[in-house]
Amino acid sequence: MSRSNKKWFSLNLSRKQNDDSGTCGCGKTSGGCGSHSNDAEMSEEEFYHAAVNASIGDEREKDGFDQVFDVKMDRRTAFRKLAASLLIGAGAVNTSCSMLSSDESKEKAQIDWEEQFKGNYKLMTDDEKKNTVDRLVRSYQLRTGKTISMSSKNAEEDVLFGYAFNISKCQGYMDCVSACVKENNQDRNSQMQYIRIHEMKDGEGLKFDEADDNYYHEVPAEGHFYLGTQCFHCDNPPCVEVCPVQATWREDDGLVVVDYDWCVGCRYCMAACPYDGRRFNWSKPEVPEEEVNHNQHYLGNRMRKKGVMEKCTFCVQRSREGKNPACVEACPTGARIFGNLLDPNSTIRWVLENKKVFRLKEDLGTEPKFWYFMD
Amino acid sequence: MKQLKVFRSLVKDSFDVVTHGTVKYHIWMGFLTFMMLVGMYCYSIQLNEGLSVTGMTDRVSWGLYISNFTFLVGVAAAAVMLVMPTYVLHDVDFKQAVLIGEGLAVAALIMCLAFVIADMGGPSVLWHMIPGLGVFNFPNSMLTWDVIVLNGYLFLNITIPFYILFRHYQGKEAKSKVYVPGAILSVFWAVGIHLVTAFLYQGLQARPFWNNALLGPRFLASAFAAGPALIILVLAIIRNFTAFKIEDKTLKKIAMVVTVAAQINLIMLISELFKEFYAPTHHSESAYYLFFGLHGKDALLPWIWTAIPLNVLATVLLTFHKLRNNPKILYFSCFILFVAIWIEKGFGLIVPGFIPGPYGKIAEYTPTGVEIGVTLGIWALGAFVFTVLAKTAIGIELGELRFKNNKN
Repeated sequence: MSRSNKKWFSLNLSRKQNDDSGTCGCGKTSGGCGSHSNDAEMSEEEFYHAAVNASIGDEREKDGFDQVFDVKMDRRTAFRKLAASLLIGAGAVNTSCSMLSSDESKEKAQIDWEEQFKGNYKLMTDDEKKNTVDRLVRSYQLRTGKTISMSSKNAEEDVLFGYAFNISKCQGYMDCVSACVKENNQDRNSQMQYIRIHEMKDGEGLKFDEADDNYYHEVPAEGHFYLGTQCFHCDNPPCVEVCPVQATWREDDGLVVVDYDWCVGCRYCMAACPYDGRRFNWSKPEVPEEEVNHNQHYLGNRMRKKGVMEKCTFCVQRSREGKNPACVEACPTGARIFGNLLDPNSTIRWVLENKKVFRLKEDLGTEPKFWYFMD
Repeated sequence: MKQLKVFRSLVKDSFDVVTHGTVKYHIWMGFLTFMMLVGMYCYSIQLNEGLSVTGMTDRVSWGLYISNFTFLVGVAAAAVMLVMPTYVLHDVDFKQAVLIGEGLAVAALIMCLAFVIADMGGPSVLWHMIPGLGVFNFPNSMLTWDVIVLNGYLFLNITIPFYILFRHYQGKEAKSKVYVPGAILSVFWAVGIHLVTAFLYQGLQARPFWNNALLGPRFLASAFAAGPALIILVLAIIRNFTAFKIEDKTLKKIAMVVTVAAQINLIMLISELFKEFYAPTHHSESAYYLFFGLHGKDALLPWIWTAIPLNVLATVLLTFHKLRNNPKILYFSCFILFVAIWIEKGFGLIVPGFIPGPYGKIAEYTPTGVEIGVTLGIWALGAFVFTVLAKTAIGIELGELRFKNNKN
């Protein structure tokens, strides 16, 4: 979410806007900053570059710890900070500089090193986003020999995604669930599923506690109706507020996303979500190589790691390309409707304007962008 | 430079003191070391396999680790009940106990931090949480508040006793001008750490069992009962095994603190039970699950029905002066009170928050062996740290440890 339209007050701690193109350690793009003297003694900037050279070679883009480190600081501070990270990375540097290892393993080590110390995706510039995506694609290639395509496409202007679910139409076939698992490369071992279909008894209203969300029988079952839940992409998402490291946020097109590489795995967001919308990778997620969906987005269905949070992204890799999410496409009954809430001609707008719609747990003030309606 | 030399000598002397002792002492330390190694082994399994080796799932995503964390924050906060009378109210009866209390706070905080780290899915990227290096979501996330208050409290509780002991070690008097401001700050800070930890849960509209205004105050009341209760037990042990003199008067005064806190805690418990069960709503389901079980799922019943009677019994025993003044009954009450609050505030608070789930799904939680191993390891770590700190502090206070100003 951009800083300007935040509804709440936040301290501007270490959220420096990276609007620069300069490479000078003082942050200026032109003119003298006083550290370009030709003294025999290393100036702070030279020292900085020497240290960066020593550690990450030709990687000059402002990324990762540079988001924080590439700021004006005196030599002592710079030394202290660099010493700390150099210590941590000594092993990795050693591997990547070793004369004995092959070029490929050197490259792998280089990528691992840069990935370990890269910054928060939310704060990256477009160039940095492209760099990390390139690294991830190359890393996957080095590891598996397969080429994937990964996008870092940003939210488009005048787009706000919304979703509507027709309770009358859903028959509980769960085609959406399997399409979602396939599309989003979810862990097959733990049978992780973003979507839950709740089977409820007719005539008793929405009784979630008596509903069955894990049925194994022929559907539609006599005297039952079906209702699906997933992440509702709240406009005021409690999960985003509680994240201690801003690893999850609301994008400008309304998608609530997770930076899997920034998440520390504390699961506070999971406790904060009133809709059971989040899933955790309790072990290393595994997808058979031939089943991996190679059309990926950084914030969407790229491969996750062990110990990080993930969730429905309304298939960001599809929706930002103008396609429907996999669940919408897979639904055989047409119970699922997805579209741009800001487009007055979209189907979703028609549903909101012509049907009696409602949302779940509206009293919590989360403003979900997921509506239910009946024919 | 001189201070550095004194410090070096203090570390050396303290090392000597903690590596020498009676056979019982060595057995105790050996046992703790063994438990820590077991914990580390279990943790290595968890690091390798992921958190799937614990009993936690997507339905119940916090368990034994966070339960213990919550409880131990209370134990750490309880040191304030000794700090305030000693440094702020100048009650000399507490003077002997306060260093022990602060040592206990340090050990409890180290355990808290260890439990949080054990609970993390990605400990290798924890630097994302370091202010300045990573992105610190302050002040929106209560977890960042917790990071600040816990580390700040740890700092206060290390520096204040360290300053006092460092002066005593050199045979000098500690200047109250130096440490009293810190002590006063730590009084507010102690309330802060526990309120902030309560707010961590209290602020979640998704979990009605936690989202209740009494949670914070009740945290404080139970902390000021369980923490000093532990301090009484520890002081009793120290009095028994060392030459360190702790007056009956001191124990009695701390017992008074425990009693009042336990009574207030009980009143709040009754208020909570009344609200949940007199006019039960949809939001009372977690409480029903905890106390009576829901739809035949009743894993927490044995726990809570152990905790409540123990809690009531301890409070009743402590309330009568005659019983409380009998050391044997006092120690017994303190012990059962400690256990009762550990259950109530750990398992009894964290797990039912997730049950039933957001859509009423009831999935139960049982900790696994690995999880219990790590937990025991961290408790052993705490006990180890406390023993080392206490042994050094007692050595200095008894005058056995003194800086010798010679050149060898």
